[in-house]
Amino acid sequence: MKKDDALLAYVTRLGDNALILGQRMIEVVTLYPELEEELANANLSLDYIGQARLFYTYAGKLEGKDRDEDDFAFLREGNEYRHVLLVEQPNGHFGDMMARQFLFESFYLLQLEAIEQCSDSSVAEIAARAVKEIRYHLRHVSQWVVRLGDGTDASHARMQRSIEDLWQFTGELLAADEIDDLFHEKFNGPDLNAIRDQWHSNVANVLKQATLEKPGDDWMASGGKQGRHSEHLGYLLAEMQYLQRTHPGANW
Amino acid sequence: MVKNRPSVGALLDSATRGTEMNSKEWPLYEVFIRSKSGLSHRHAGSLHAADDQMALDHARDTYTRRSEGVSLWVVRSSEIVASDPAETAAFFEPAEDKIYRHPTFYEIPDGVENL
Repeated sequence: MKKDDALLAYVTRLGDNALILGQRMIEVVTLYPELEEELANANLSLDYIGQARLFYTYAGKLEGKDRDEDDFAFLREGNEYRHVLLVEQPNGHFGDMMARQFLFESFYLLQLEAIEQCSDSSVAEIAARAVKEIRYHLRHVSQWVVRLGDGTDASHARMQRSIEDLWQFTGELLAADEIDDLFHEKFNGPDLNAIRDQWHSNVANVLKQATLEKPGDDWMASGGKQGRHSEHLGYLLAEMQYLQRTHPGANW
Repeated sequence: MVKNRPSVGALLDSATRGTEMNSKEWPLYEVFIRSKSGLSHRHAGSLHAADDQMALDHARDTYTRRSEGVSLWVVRSSEIVASDPAETAAFFEPAEDKIYRHPTFYEIPDGVENL
């Protein structure tokens, strides 16, 4: 793989992670029991949509085929998406959502902090903006993990279950493939070996505060970064892409 | 699939059922925002939160979405000691006839434009 192709693939993955998680979170907009947490979720998911727009716009420029952010978001097939499996997992209950965001953002923050230092100034600038948002996200969801984990017997049991259910999707975050390696070597991008240790220690810290047990690293799911997704993605895309597919170019 | 999606509200309720959190509303907090360095914090409104840290997060997400501030204070509404409306007369009316407390008896020297 050529250096430029690796950059394009890497930026597209960043956009896909942001878009799919943002879409998942916005699915439950208006369903929250408390107005303030409702606003928080809407704010946080829109942060992700905003980041996806920046990554896609840059990916379109790198690709040079005159595709814009909307083409990337709305006019690709499921197997063209390169996000990690963790972010496409269904929302489940509130604790599941907090667990999913906590596990992903513990990784994403470290990833963005490393990308800030990379040699491609455009990606570095997007990362510098996103890192401030995600630092807040992680603070917010970590508090919820602790609050529910160290809460009642019922909330503790549910939170433990949420972490265990999603744990199988964390291996993919930290396992480097050819694109990760090229972005690391040619662009001074994140070193996943270094991030892996940091991730484990950060996650262990919060889980300990939450009186939750850190699951063991058994079998791990993989394939999302290569475009092999679960059936859940099809439903998500059907809802998200419906309007642009039915009324191409619709605007408002 | 979408049709059967449980509401987060119902699930959050069930996650905390039987706890104090569920048996009554989250307590009320008052929010104060410093709009820029050098100014004092001003009361912006109130919100509900289960604990202090959540109140700070909620204040951020509810009241500073459009760059309204650089610093936030939150305080439990129950911790604020307020004057009693029934005692308004005793509290504030005695000041009304003390005109000598206002600096209105000074002659402003010629040539001073702002004092």
